[in-house]
Amino acid sequence: MTGGAVDLALARRVAGEVVDPELPMLTLDDLGILRDVRALGGEVVVTVTPTYAGCPALGVIAAELRRALAAAGFGAVRVRTVLAPPWSSDWISAEGRRKLVEHGVAPPGPVRRAGPVPLELGPRPAAGPACPRCGARATEELSRFGATPCTALHRCRSCLEPFEHVKEV
Amino acid sequence: MSGDNPYEALAGPAGGGGGDAHWAFGTGFDAPPDEVGAEVPAGADRADLAAYCTMLGDDALVMAQRLGQWCTRAPELEEEVALANIALDLLGQARVLLARAGHVDGTGRDEDALAYLRGPEEFRNVRLVEAPNGDFARSTARLLAFSAWRLAVFTRLTASTDPALAAVAARGAKELAYHRDHAVRWTLRLGDGTALSHQRMADGVDAVWPLLGELFAADPAERRLAAAGAAVDPAEVRAEVLDVLGQVLTAATLGGRPAPPAPSAPGGRDGAHTEHLAPLLAELQSVARAHPGATW
Repeated sequence: MTGGAVDLALARRVAGEVVDPELPMLTLDDLGILRDVRALGGEVVVTVTPTYAGCPALGVIAAELRRALAAAGFGAVRVRTVLAPPWSSDWISAEGRRKLVEHGVAPPGPVRRAGPVPLELGPRPAAGPACPRCGARATEELSRFGATPCTALHRCRSCLEPFEHVKEV
Repeated sequence: MSGDNPYEALAGPAGGGGGDAHWAFGTGFDAPPDEVGAEVPAGADRADLAAYCTMLGDDALVMAQRLGQWCTRAPELEEEVALANIALDLLGQARVLLARAGHVDGTGRDEDALAYLRGPEEFRNVRLVEAPNGDFARSTARLLAFSAWRLAVFTRLTASTDPALAAVAARGAKELAYHRDHAVRWTLRLGDGTALSHQRMADGVDAVWPLLGELFAADPAERRLAAAGAAVDPAEVRAEVLDVLGQVLTAATLGGRPAPPAPSAPGGRDGAHTEHLAPLLAELQSVARAHPGATW
């Protein structure tokens, strides 16, 4: 890459194919956290956004982006993070949702639109995510907080398998 | 690359490309988000903005430390994970807010310098977050009040003229809505549960209630920044937050509470803290102070 123009299309593809450390079935493109890839003074500048502000995977993702781009021949790489606009689970691609189900993780449903957050005091709606293994609709929430900030833990009442559900944010 | 495990790539000899690069695992992001370096917005005083970011950052940092103390002590494993996750969200908010404070105050201190190398009198958190956890019901009562209040502030702060504050608020409001809901569920379950759980939840609310007045008392810096469009005057959210808390307590059969008393002055925003903050910080800062500049 020395001396020549930066092959942005290649850089974009390589960056987009880096996988998420917590949901390794998903690429950054699938997850929707890759904001921008551009050339700036001979440097490849990759911009990502965290799923959650405290997401500890971001350091790994930045290191992996630098490693993958270096392996593809890009010598000078800078990884930037931006917070705004905040990531939404709506940004997970159709392909990403398909991969989640394939790996036994229930993808997020549509996100509630902006506005004041309603206070929910009554019984919660029974409809949860469908079981990614057997497809049954009857599932229950085991824990609202899973092993990573972006998932919750559910169980299928039909096949009894526990499964992770990517939260709607 | 799809299907590879990046942790393996980072840990193995093939991944690092020599040096310590592969030890990036666990160190978090090595550069703060772009918004941290944004210009100070027009009309906002630089020192006020730094103070305000420190206040909101310290609230989150100290609350995260208290929540983290539930690890190995929560009633069930899932609850430990939940409280640790909430703490992690707040820590994420604190990092950006403190990085922003260090950027605009001109000292060039990073988030670590502000978290680890300030004494208690330099912290600007409200006293609510520094009180010891007490039992689970008391911690639940605090989480309910804290998240309801912070959610109300952050919802409005998304319109801040300061790009860093607006970005943290937009990201954080989504997290805080989830935290509040978690606390609401526990409050209902304990309040409307057995005679014992009801009593302990009621005691928890009573213990936390006198500390709420401070949440709605504006610091002069907050008031000036709010007038400039960069901050939220916490007095503005008072009615809304007390209404939310009242609804939850009623639904949890815990009855109403009179308006919380006016806070004593000076308070946490002035650096006047209870005796509980210094020991908390001593623990939080012990490694950083014993091994200055250490990296791993």
